[in-house]
Amino acid sequence: MGTVNFIWNLTKNYFTFGLIGLTISDRYASIVPVGGISMSPTFNPLDDSSMRSLTRDFVVVEKFCLEKYKFSLGDVVVFSSPTNHKEKNIKRITALSGDLVSTPPYDAVVIPEGHCWVEGDNQAWSLDSRSFGPIPLGLVRGRVTHVVWPPHRVGKVDRMTPKSLTPF
Amino acid sequence: MRLFQYLSQWKSKANDGIQQSLLIAKFLCLLHVTSNYVFSPVMVYGPSMLPTLNLTGDVLLVEHLSPLFDKLGPGDVILVRSPDNPRKTVTKRIIGMEGDTVTFLADPSKSDRYISLKVPKGHVWIQGDNIYASKDSRQLGPIPCGLISGKVLYRVWPPECFGSL
Repeated sequence: MGTVNFIWNLTKNYFTFGLIGLTISDRYASIVPVGGISMSPTFNPLDDSSMRSLTRDFVVVEKFCLEKYKFSLGDVVVFSSPTNHKEKNIKRITALSGDLVSTPPYDAVVIPEGHCWVEGDNQAWSLDSRSFGPIPLGLVRGRVTHVVWPPHRVGKVDRMTPKSLTPF
Repeated sequence: MRLFQYLSQWKSKANDGIQQSLLIAKFLCLLHVTSNYVFSPVMVYGPSMLPTLNLTGDVLLVEHLSPLFDKLGPGDVILVRSPDNPRKTVTKRIIGMEGDTVTFLADPSKSDRYISLKVPKGHVWIQGDNIYASKDSRQLGPIPCGLISGKVLYRVWPPECFGSL
């Protein structure tokens, strides 16, 4: 009887913990690891494949922006990839709806309403809007605010627009 | 001695309060998870799905598990976050999944010119049942799967129309 009770209590605790965790990560904020070097040097600045799993950055993603879907130029956002909705990507918004973007494959695209243009900070190694075009804002899952791991890189993520791709 | 009594009284009351608020918080979390990941009622209106759904407003029971596990197929009525306004959700029917070739009337009220194209990877082709008054994939192009938020299971209201869709 004691063991049954113990297991029952344990599952109950796990369940409650899961519920509360899921709610907080959905509505308020969550901490996610960043994989890949597409956002280097903002995240994962070390490009060393043997060390990559150890030097992975962990970032805080806030979800309050999802109530209004108001974003500014230069925000770093998490969105589900338009080609595979189970995959999450982290990129920087470099143009919003109504802006004009000129990139090699397309020449001068006007971003349609409710869409944005995302690019990685590491232009050479990034699969972004330059290959799949503007993405709907509905795909955005949160905004990255801080780096929390590794300890020596803890800090705020700045909102900045890369000078090389200022929309005209 | 008096002080000690007060303190223990206060402590038990505070404990009670904490327990109560924790219970409410747990309940709210459960509510959030059910309505986001399992099922939720949704009110829809508008002319775009006309023969299937009423113009004046229906309450639908929507489940959110099939989009998570890729269990959607052509013919399903789904709830989609509108690509041109992320705060709006629209109800449409899936016509083609990724890799399918879809054929549709480009502008049904003016000409009967047909266009056919292939749906790219990770996208779906959605259309309203009322092709004359629906803004859907014919204007917006294929929709990324990430925008799908649920699949309509039953109509709950009005009661005389209760049933699966």
